[in-house]
Amino acid sequence: MSFLQLERVEKHFGEVRTIKGVDLSIERGQFTVFVGPSGCGKSTLLRLIAGLENVDVGRIVLDGRDITRLPSAQRDLAMVFQSYALYPHMTVAENMSFALRLAKADVAVIEKKVGRAAEILNLGPYLKRLPRELSGGQRQRVAIGRAIVREPKVFLFDEPLSNLDAALRGQTRVEIARLHRELGATTIYVTHDQVEAMTLADQVVVLRDGAIEQVGSPLALYDHPANRFVAQFIGTPQMNVVERVEMPAAAGEVAGAAFVGVRPEDLRLAPAGLGQLAAKVELVEALGAETLIYLNTPRGAQMVLRQDERTDLAPGDDVGVNVETGHLHWFDAQGRVLEGARPAQ
Amino acid sequence: MTAQTPLTREAAGAGTPVPAPAATSTSMFDMSTPAGQRLALGLRTAAAWLVALLVFFPILFMVVTSFKTELQAIAVPSVWIFQPTLDNFTHVQERSDYLLYAKNSLITSVVSTLVGLAIAAPAAYSMAFFPTRRTKSLLMWMLSTKMMPAVGALLPIYVLAQTSGLLDTKLALTIVFMLSNLPLMVWMLYSHFKDIPSEILEASRMDGATLWDEFRHVVLPLGMGGLASTGLLCLVLAWNEAFWSLNLTAANAGTLAALIASYSSPEGLFWSKLSAASVLAIAPIVVFGWFSQKQLVQGLTFGAVK
Repeated sequence: MSFLQLERVEKHFGEVRTIKGVDLSIERGQFTVFVGPSGCGKSTLLRLIAGLENVDVGRIVLDGRDITRLPSAQRDLAMVFQSYALYPHMTVAENMSFALRLAKADVAVIEKKVGRAAEILNLGPYLKRLPRELSGGQRQRVAIGRAIVREPKVFLFDEPLSNLDAALRGQTRVEIARLHRELGATTIYVTHDQVEAMTLADQVVVLRDGAIEQVGSPLALYDHPANRFVAQFIGTPQMNVVERVEMPAAAGEVAGAAFVGVRPEDLRLAPAGLGQLAAKVELVEALGAETLIYLNTPRGAQMVLRQDERTDLAPGDDVGVNVETGHLHWFDAQGRVLEGARPAQ
Repeated sequence: MTAQTPLTREAAGAGTPVPAPAATSTSMFDMSTPAGQRLALGLRTAAAWLVALLVFFPILFMVVTSFKTELQAIAVPSVWIFQPTLDNFTHVQERSDYLLYAKNSLITSVVSTLVGLAIAAPAAYSMAFFPTRRTKSLLMWMLSTKMMPAVGALLPIYVLAQTSGLLDTKLALTIVFMLSNLPLMVWMLYSHFKDIPSEILEASRMDGATLWDEFRHVVLPLGMGGLASTGLLCLVLAWNEAFWSLNLTAANAGTLAALIASYSSPEGLFWSKLSAASVLAIAPIVVFGWFSQKQLVQGLTFGAVK
């Protein structure tokens, strides 16, 4: 049995089933990211594990112990909240030591643990300060420190970076990855940002409408999405999914295919009149290291192409497009992926 | 045709030469000049003083009267220059034991406030952080009890106090004060507790806090301002309460409100002595209110600004 096991977990709010029977295994030391659009139930699922919401159906087993009905306080989990949720009337040191003080831990032990956490997170100079005297990034580190000091079985992060500005977000993301490497703690991390999911996770859980769409490593999800939703949710810019008829004959044929997906980097520009497809440039986004070219096909489908080279193309220009037929994703009318699709050549 | 009259007048008015506004720009009332601004400020200040004096005047009159003889007190027009006397205060202390009434007021208001807080805080906590579908209606119902005139409940409460032998006791008064302030206390604390982000409480639960730990280490320290302003307001309300003190007490448990009232009954009205008694009755709470104005104002405007 896995370290943390969710078995057919359901959550109902009134008549609405917000979590619809989730089965999930998380191994010890693994970094798992719940990702999905807003309202998909990822935060609710985390709160069910935390014990902040009651599980209506199913059970949660942590390290061999059924914790489904245990109050949060007895689950041995630590959580970092989106709003940090620091105790505003306590200093940084008091915030970090609160759990240990409640547990009546030895003063020397508390000092040692808080000191170590402060050192890991560069919070040493701020231990005597109140949360309101800290910057957003520092508060975030205190919230993480509060979790570290506990040495819990599992760390839970609920969208911890969404209150930080872009620069700090990237920096803190790297820091969280480093922390996980150093501490090796089992971590569950909720985000709506698939870049965070891709960069941090050992295992990504894609959720939609309270159910799991797919579980896998970041690259497995990127290369082999199980359905159209995952295919388009993972990766920016998102995968182009067009009707079968938009693709050239060279793309091959798969029985039952209604849609074909192709990543922006699997499209190649060709001179106008050449290439497998004809298209008209709608917009060019030059990002420096890469260039995104938005294209319209004659039938009206939109596609985006990504290339490392810069371009002189302007909106309205006619171009040709070649498709990396080996990297196509085939979907049936319901959006499920079809296996065994190989290019004709 | 009559409806047209104003129009014609207006038209006629428009025809007559009117000095252009620019011609009056040097006037003192022009707000754009420093002199005009000073004048406007002066007018506003004077108006504020006038209103303040109007409101304060009865109290001033009462304080002044308490230092007059009875003859001076009933003189018309009233005397403003006279030899002040402390006889009235001596008389009040001699005729009725001021300190006894003051002690009764102090005990009933302080105890009713403390007990009320002890009951209201957990109630407000559960309503603020564990609301159900009926929480709002429950709060409204609690508030609705304050809308009933107290006299409506006089008979049952009087009979209850009588049959349980609690008439003219501080206990009965304390219970009634506490109960009548309870809805307000729950409302005020509820609104203060609502301001505490629930994630902070969830964080404490994740940190291993029991219900009591959470209340003691997080809710109470963060709600201290709310508790203080609620307590202060209820202390003042209980101190000033007159209806129940008059109806449920006599010589033993009477509060200062009862002391004042006793000066207007059997022997007729003695203005200067009544004023002296009133001054003695309100002095402690005025001093108290002066020092706790900030918290009191916070309490009075609860929920107004979030």
